[in-house]
Amino acid sequence: MLKVRIIPCLDVHDGRVVKGVNFVDLVDAGDPVAAARAYDAAGADELCFLDISASHENRDTLIGVVRETAEHCFMPVTVGGGVRSEADVRKLLLAGADKVSFNTTAVRDPDVVAASAAKFGSQCIVVAIDAKQTDEGRWEIFTHGGREATGLEAIGFAQDMAARGAGEILLTSMDRDGTKSGFDLELTRRVADAVPIPVIASGGVGCLEDLVNGVRQGHASAVLAASIFHFGTYTIAEAKQAMAQAGLPVRQ
Amino acid sequence: MSIAIIDYGSGNLRSAEKAFARVAAGLSGDRKVIVTAAPEQVLKADHIVLPGVGAFGDCAEGLRAIDGMEEALNQRVRQQAYPFLGICVGMQLICATGHERGTHRGFGWVDGAVEPLDVPSTLKVPHMGWNDLHITTDHPVFAGLHGQDAYFVHGYAARPSAQHVIAATTDYGGPVVAGLACDTICGTQFHPEKSQQTGLRLIANFLEWKP
Repeated sequence: MLKVRIIPCLDVHDGRVVKGVNFVDLVDAGDPVAAARAYDAAGADELCFLDISASHENRDTLIGVVRETAEHCFMPVTVGGGVRSEADVRKLLLAGADKVSFNTTAVRDPDVVAASAAKFGSQCIVVAIDAKQTDEGRWEIFTHGGREATGLEAIGFAQDMAARGAGEILLTSMDRDGTKSGFDLELTRRVADAVPIPVIASGGVGCLEDLVNGVRQGHASAVLAASIFHFGTYTIAEAKQAMAQAGLPVRQ
Repeated sequence: MSIAIIDYGSGNLRSAEKAFARVAAGLSGDRKVIVTAAPEQVLKADHIVLPGVGAFGDCAEGLRAIDGMEEALNQRVRQQAYPFLGICVGMQLICATGHERGTHRGFGWVDGAVEPLDVPSTLKVPHMGWNDLHITTDHPVFAGLHGQDAYFVHGYAARPSAQHVIAATTDYGGPVVAGLACDTICGTQFHPEKSQQTGLRLIANFLEWKP
């Protein structure tokens, strides 16, 4: 049986791990490769690196982090942040990434998503959607760390990305990110039920029950969290135990 | 002994290289991992690994774009009977045909086709994540892996004509081929280089296998 994945996410800025609270007030939390190795040893099912560096010049720093991680960690790694082209995807895959995530580029130039999926296969193309609720039953996509509204409606956009060949959706609720009040379950469920590809729930995890709810009520295939793991509030093993106790299939 | 990982423009080579190097370092004997696009290296290799990420057609095309590579593989693996491991699309390529974005010719080492996963609409495609292995053979490369979770990420699956070449399955809306084995050829649909201890075990099994 396919297991529910638990994915710690490492936000990386200029080669260092940080965690944004609502994407501002960054707190330094260490060396990304060391963190990756720790999560590998702890039994994380996958790892996500999100590069939040402002400039394109810092891309090489991230490539170095991915390369070094691939030397030590034999687990799946998704890398996102500032990915703009097929060439960027190729570089990250060659460095050792298994999946590459598009965010702003998917909004601006969705053809790049289609071309990359055709070239490298849907299985390695993730589209990261950052959404805020703007009305009852309506969520809008924001880019640039939540600063820019796009006018795009999240559910339809997710369906469009799946149709263009994305293999997975990483769905972050901007309303919940950093709040520790749980995933936006309605948003997660609406998107997960609307697309044929896996959806990773993200944004707002404060306790282990939130992870369970993301799957049970949000219909997510995987759950992503940062702070609760980074700051040692819970271990990966505790998260798995909580999910197993709730009857969800997890890898032990 | 040399372990040749074939570089034909498919991604993820670094992960495979590092995983094989890690395992090789822990085994007896002098084992050297090389990543190569040179058919003459393949003709000298003791173990041959064909990774693969992407679409079947692109991978087949990329491999055939290297002059003499398919011939070298045929010679070393099929005629001289050296051990071969195909990973993901690298496994799929040993089948006769692939039906991903058109119909493409594989190596034809195993009779059968690669087709879209046929799952109920309630299941997501790609099949992505950790799933447990059901080992259906006593083949040494798959020893000790029964019931273990391995990492899968694929939307297409091999459907060999002969059941006896299936070495492992996993359950995703029914049995899905997770491993193939015949003669000196092995293949995994899952990624051993991404499957932590389970994957490293398979790699060790493969490197110690003397078919």
